[in-house]
Amino acid sequence: MQDYLFYIFSALTLLCGALIILSRNPINSAMFLVLSIASMAGLFVLLHAFFLAAVQVLVYAGAVMVLFLFVIMLLDLKVEQRRRINAFGAVTGLLAVGVIVWVMVTTMLGTSLPAVTEVLRHEGGTEPLGTLLFHQYVLPFEILSVLLLVAMVGAILLSKKDLK
Amino acid sequence: MHLPPLISLAAWLPDLGHDGNFALLSLIKIVGVVAVLLTMVAYAVLVERKVSAFIQDRVGPNRVALPLIGNIPVLGPFLTRLGIWQPIADGVKSFLKEDFTPNHVRKIYFWLAPAVTMIPAFLTVAVIPFGSNLNGEKMVLADLDVGILYTFGIVSLGVYGIVLAGYAANSKYPFLGGIRSSAQMISYEIAMGLSVIPVFMLVGNLNLSSVISYQADGNWIVFRQPIAFLVFLVAAFAETNRLPFDMPESETELVGGYNTEYSSMKFALFFMGEYANMITSSAMMVTLFWGGWTLPFGGFSEPATTLAGGLAHIGIFLGKVIVFMVFFIWVRWMLPRFRYDQLMDLGWRRFLPLTLANLFVTAVIMWLQAH
Repeated sequence: MQDYLFYIFSALTLLCGALIILSRNPINSAMFLVLSIASMAGLFVLLHAFFLAAVQVLVYAGAVMVLFLFVIMLLDLKVEQRRRINAFGAVTGLLAVGVIVWVMVTTMLGTSLPAVTEVLRHEGGTEPLGTLLFHQYVLPFEILSVLLLVAMVGAILLSKKDLK
Repeated sequence: MHLPPLISLAAWLPDLGHDGNFALLSLIKIVGVVAVLLTMVAYAVLVERKVSAFIQDRVGPNRVALPLIGNIPVLGPFLTRLGIWQPIADGVKSFLKEDFTPNHVRKIYFWLAPAVTMIPAFLTVAVIPFGSNLNGEKMVLADLDVGILYTFGIVSLGVYGIVLAGYAANSKYPFLGGIRSSAQMISYEIAMGLSVIPVFMLVGNLNLSSVISYQADGNWIVFRQPIAFLVFLVAAFAETNRLPFDMPESETELVGGYNTEYSSMKFALFFMGEYANMITSSAMMVTLFWGGWTLPFGGFSEPATTLAGGLAHIGIFLGKVIVFMVFFIWVRWMLPRFRYDQLMDLGWRRFLPLTLANLFVTAVIMWLQAH
């Protein structure tokens, strides 16, 4: 049962992921991204990481994608739909994907996966995650928060037409 | 007194095993919950019409009579005057009306949107404990450890129905309704999410059943966190698109907002979705702030050991939900609509700092108490 669910959810994630970039209409892309996020939440549930699954849906599908839709709906969609694929975009895109794949493959080959035990299954909860984040990984966590703050200030600065 | 099990499942289904029993019991619970929810949706519409009639000094629906029951001497006319059969007539009307699809709409999203509105409203009830236990069975569909996050996640998906309806209609007013809806939801979701954090700081985890056991003996969280409750209440009005925050619909400015182009059952789905969302929000408020199925007197604080006690707990829970539903309806007919910029101002510049301050004060008090 769990195995079948895993295959169904991964197939859905990949299929919707492909449809995101293949759709010509940005609204369709955004909706496929929502579906892809939702099926990834399904994968998290299969890993007993209920907290991550809930946060995935809450933050990405529920908030970030609604904002995306908001912005996309305010754009002129017809121009987007008629745009041709340009060579520069394709080359840089493939390059970026290649680098990410390389990083992921080397990381995966470099780590040995521990066997799944009952102890590991409980690690998806809120408490172990909080303990890890605020003890072992507190510095990266804080750096990320500062980065988000910088991005936020930057966005506000960019959206201002005339700086006083 | 301990009553014998009402339905002895093992007697007539011996070969089901543990998993089979679990599946069967879950199925029975799901069917029961959905049946109660749909009935409540139908009658919430009736109550809305009756309450609005009362407030505006009218009579309200009092015409629909059933052939045989309407002929019973005193009772028949009385039920007819109450409008008790009106939901049946409304339902039949919705199904039989012409389901018109305008030419200029985006067909797929036009068909999808009503369903996308309806589904989240029903999924949310899965984690709400609507009673203690019945015949040893816990009265909650899924006792998740991240119950509240699940609820917020699913509720936040509800906005897609409205946004997609606005986009699918492919005309100005629905589009404006959709845009407004997405901005409004984001603004109020943040305030709503932050307002419940102090609740979970007090309780210690995210499971809704433990929230209720924390509130046993009248230790209701609303008395400890009144600010959190008020913010949650107002945000619930905004999330369910009820007046005074019904910006996406706003019939005086936007015709009908996102549902302008809809007719027949598709419109009815939006309508039912709104009421189902109200019921879910009421149930959330009851669970988080008003003690869920507990009552501080009469021994209703502890999980029931008898069948009658279990039923009484479900009754208490439904009673509290109904009080909130009537409050939702009452407010709608009492307050005028906010202006859109006032709505945004309230969400971002009033509620967000207020909830953050509440969070901080709660944390400081808890730290002082611990030391």
